[in-house]
Amino acid sequence: MPSNKSVSDAPIVQFTNCRILRDHQLQREDLWVREGKILNPEKLFFDEKGSADVQLDCKDSIIAPGFIDVQINGGFGVDFSLATDDFKSGIDLVSQKILSHGVTSFCPTLVTSPPSVYHQVLPQISVRNGGAHGAGILGAHLEGPFISKEKKGAHPEHCLRTFEAGAFQDLLATYGSLDCVQIVTLAPEMRRSSEVIRELTKRGICVSLGHSVANLSQAEEAVQHGATFITHLFNAMLPFHHRDPGIVGLLTSDKIPAGRRVFYGMISDGIHTNPAALRIAHRAHPKGLVLVTDAIAGMGLAPGRHTLGQQVVEIDGLNTYIAGTKTLSGSVATMDTCVRHFQEATGCSVETALEAASLHPAQLLGIEHKKGTLNYDSDADFLMLNDNLYVQATYIAGEEVWRQDVLGM
Amino acid sequence: MKLIILENYSQASEWAAKYIRNRIVQFGPGPGRFFTLGLPTGLPRDHPESYHSFMWNNFFKHIDISPENVHILDGNAPDLQAECDAFEEKIKAAGGIELFVGGIGPDGHIAFNEPGSSLVSRTRVKTLAMDTILANARFFDGDLSKVPTMALTVGVGTVMDAREVMILITGAHKAFALYKAIEDGVNHMWTVSAFQQHPKTVFVCDEDATLELKVKTVKYFKGLMLVHNKLVEPLYSMKETGAERSQSKKPYSD
Repeated sequence: MPSNKSVSDAPIVQFTNCRILRDHQLQREDLWVREGKILNPEKLFFDEKGSADVQLDCKDSIIAPGFIDVQINGGFGVDFSLATDDFKSGIDLVSQKILSHGVTSFCPTLVTSPPSVYHQVLPQISVRNGGAHGAGILGAHLEGPFISKEKKGAHPEHCLRTFEAGAFQDLLATYGSLDCVQIVTLAPEMRRSSEVIRELTKRGICVSLGHSVANLSQAEEAVQHGATFITHLFNAMLPFHHRDPGIVGLLTSDKIPAGRRVFYGMISDGIHTNPAALRIAHRAHPKGLVLVTDAIAGMGLAPGRHTLGQQVVEIDGLNTYIAGTKTLSGSVATMDTCVRHFQEATGCSVETALEAASLHPAQLLGIEHKKGTLNYDSDADFLMLNDNLYVQATYIAGEEVWRQDVLGM
Repeated sequence: MKLIILENYSQASEWAAKYIRNRIVQFGPGPGRFFTLGLPTGLPRDHPESYHSFMWNNFFKHIDISPENVHILDGNAPDLQAECDAFEEKIKAAGGIELFVGGIGPDGHIAFNEPGSSLVSRTRVKTLAMDTILANARFFDGDLSKVPTMALTVGVGTVMDAREVMILITGAHKAFALYKAIEDGVNHMWTVSAFQQHPKTVFVCDEDATLELKVKTVKYFKGLMLVHNKLVEPLYSMKETGAERSQSKKPYSD
């Protein structure tokens, strides 16, 4: 290549022979990366008179933004709701392993736990960039304990709490610190929830409605106070009723404040939601759908018994239940499996399926200016996938951090 | 001139592309030996519809050209006339234009040399005619107030200095301009007509563009297609060695 007159010495990599997901479409374009960010090649060409230092042939792969998992309780034997001595190495292990599922950023999730667990675990979670060591941590997702007894699902009843006495102060006392917290799931029908929602939203924390028996107007009020997410739609909430749609009704509510969008998590593992229900939700509000795994410690391991915070769960194939019951508790699905299943079940385009796991979670967390897209100047976190949406390679900040072993490991 | 008539837009484009390819290969470009391609110029730089964007998306990003070998007139230069003069110097420094490729406006203009432009003009600033503004409105959501009214352009004289000129004309809306360009006299109101006095011009068009020509003209040139097609078959490649290339017969030219 002729001498590169670009302004910076940093190497410029040009990924060619690929189809990239940009502007909601797969386009036959090259992807240019410099210093961990997506580069604008036209500006490089005309303004800097620069050219690529390295050209990589992607063999006609699809290049999509890295997946963002906003609800993952653990995996590979690690449980984020267990205050163990080697908690830090546990979170490191999971963040490294999920690279092979295409996840480049995630929110480690803690289920309902006693305050002591939060006080010990939360200080050990820090927001950090991803890299060869593993996927980036965006912040913790605290699912509970301020949830409804009737819809506790797999959460332990003795740890449930309310905040009717001291509202936000109660919440702060329970968790100890909100420094690295990105999302809080609570039940909006609880007394004084509006104050709590407003206070959390003011601090930039995303409030999610879940494990609740709220009716539609309670849910709408919560949204007006700042709630923007629904935790695993359909699961752990009142079923849709035509005269009171409950939380599910938020998907088509006309009381959402202008300029705001309500997002909803869906575990598309084929078990948590019937494909027909998945399709109804998707068709009602396609732009709000966020794919999550809700994966538990047993994900990535052989079937058997594992923990989920204070509970014991049994895994049998893809089904994960509280031991001895038929209560679903998390999943063992991986993010890329969820993307594929979502695409098959809804018959949606490849672009839509990929955006549900990348663009939409980024929009939910308000970080789409740097994550979740392949726009110029975004962080270069991306995946190479084949046409069947199997991840072939994972890149974070422009560096390859995982590649599918040809021998199929 | 050679008038090459193909059936439709895609065939005309393909013929022109093959011709240009063969010309480049036979020229034998290399370091210091530039095949200089001239193209008409236009709008200001940082607009998504700017000429820079157009050239990047439709040409530069698909080829391995080095950015320092790309010279596009800068509509935002502080001294526009100096920019134009410098452009003329750059053309001289590169050894002159080997092949100029351009289109034709519905008003018969070449580049932005609007009706009334001097047939010996050089690179300069031009105010665009209403016909041209209307034609460009489609790039600005049909909003006439958003279309630029001035452009930097190579002059008719500048293009006449090129060793070869290729004009691409497709579509019925260009038919009258083509008629004026080749069947009428040399006239500064139809600036493309200047090329009647150029030693080596190729006009590539589709059937629709010939609608205003005499049947006799069209039949004559269609009859020559057997000869003209030898210019694009065989298709040469840079990968052939120098010896093979120089041995290949120079295509017969009319």
